[in-house]
Amino acid sequence: MVLKHMLTTSLLLGVFAIVGTLMVALTFDNTEELIKENENQALLKSLNTLIPPENHDNDIANDTVTVTSKALLGNKKPSTVYLARQKGVPVAAVISAIAPDGYSGTIKLLVAIRYNGTISGVRVIKHRETPGLGDAIEIERSDWITSFNELSLKSPDELGWRVQKDGGIFDQFTGATITPRAVVKAVHHALVYFELNRDKLFTTPKKAPTPKRASKANGQ
Amino acid sequence: MANSNYNELTHNGLWKNNVALVQVLGLCPLLAITTTTINGIGLGIATTLTLVLSNITVSLIRHSVRPEIRIPVFVLIIASFVTAIELAMNAYFHDLYKILGIFIPLIVTNCAILGRAEAFASKNAVVPSFIDGLMMGVGFSAILILLGAIREALGMGTLFAQAHLMFGEAGEWMTVTLIDDYNGFLLAILPPGAFIGLGLLIALKNVIDQRVQKKAAQVASPTATEDAIPAPSMAK
Repeated sequence: MVLKHMLTTSLLLGVFAIVGTLMVALTFDNTEELIKENENQALLKSLNTLIPPENHDNDIANDTVTVTSKALLGNKKPSTVYLARQKGVPVAAVISAIAPDGYSGTIKLLVAIRYNGTISGVRVIKHRETPGLGDAIEIERSDWITSFNELSLKSPDELGWRVQKDGGIFDQFTGATITPRAVVKAVHHALVYFELNRDKLFTTPKKAPTPKRASKANGQ
Repeated sequence: MANSNYNELTHNGLWKNNVALVQVLGLCPLLAITTTTINGIGLGIATTLTLVLSNITVSLIRHSVRPEIRIPVFVLIIASFVTAIELAMNAYFHDLYKILGIFIPLIVTNCAILGRAEAFASKNAVVPSFIDGLMMGVGFSAILILLGAIREALGMGTLFAQAHLMFGEAGEWMTVTLIDDYNGFLLAILPPGAFIGLGLLIALKNVIDQRVQKKAAQVASPTATEDAIPAPSMAK
């Protein structure tokens, strides 16, 4: 009697579990492609603001190599580098870099560097800095992040790649020095990495398009 | 009769038993996400949708679920709906989804939803359960949006900033800049601002309730003095 009661009860629970899972699976099936498309679009949009689409003719979101450099890119795990080419000639690379020393956690960046070593643009894609103070690194909040444009390892020199408080050329924000300091350091490291690995990046044999990796780098 | 019943459900959800102001449930998303009006609207819609769907479903199955397993079944239902809504949001409002982030899946843990399933939907027919879920959701959303608007106005001097996340390019006109070159009142955007704002809203509700009650008491017995008025919390 008790056994029968237990059996029907657990059976009932099982039925609900199956129905619930079925519903989620169905929704997933219906939205999966759209979500992937969205993530690709969002990635492409941020890549396009960094490297104008008229300057390259390849599918930049899928022309990628994965590299690992804990010291310079701040990531133990492989990070993605997007490559822009015009008629096969290297134009620029967009490096996903991580600033490990933000005020609250890591700051994820996209650093676009032209083949000649000048910065085409930098964007913050994920951070948890203090709203109203540290979040001025976002392009939506202030244009501070554009102060990197056109800079390179030679201009300014190594001493200049710091916030003004530390004797460099970059503005810090009122009340928030740690955040811009972390970003400046990460961008500088990305430049150094590019300098050291430039030709290797562009000659690494192309892999098959992997949308999954692209969506990961989107910083979900 | 049925009509007055629905009126009471509406009154309950929107005011008397408001999820955020009276039951004080679902504080985690309420406090964390209300930095802007648009965030409030987004989370409000998602929460209301979950409440309505879970209330309807729980009410539909209320006779076939045994009492021993009702809580796991309710949780299962709510979790399934939230996951489905999360996927749909990711697909159709991708940018908003990125901002609301973890708070969409966290709707599962909003006690208000399980609370309504257990306290109301599991004992009532489908239509009243639907009304209850809808009104509770709208009441919660109203506070989300109000608190979001207050914090956004004080903190950044704007209203409906980033409306395009929700309404597409067509929504850009909605953004209102209240004060140009406003430096921002940082406290309002930071977590303390959420607590202070919610506290003020609760206080405001209590003040209004007291006023209403005082008036009602005066109408009922014009000679009554202020001292004779009973405690206000149990109004109506």
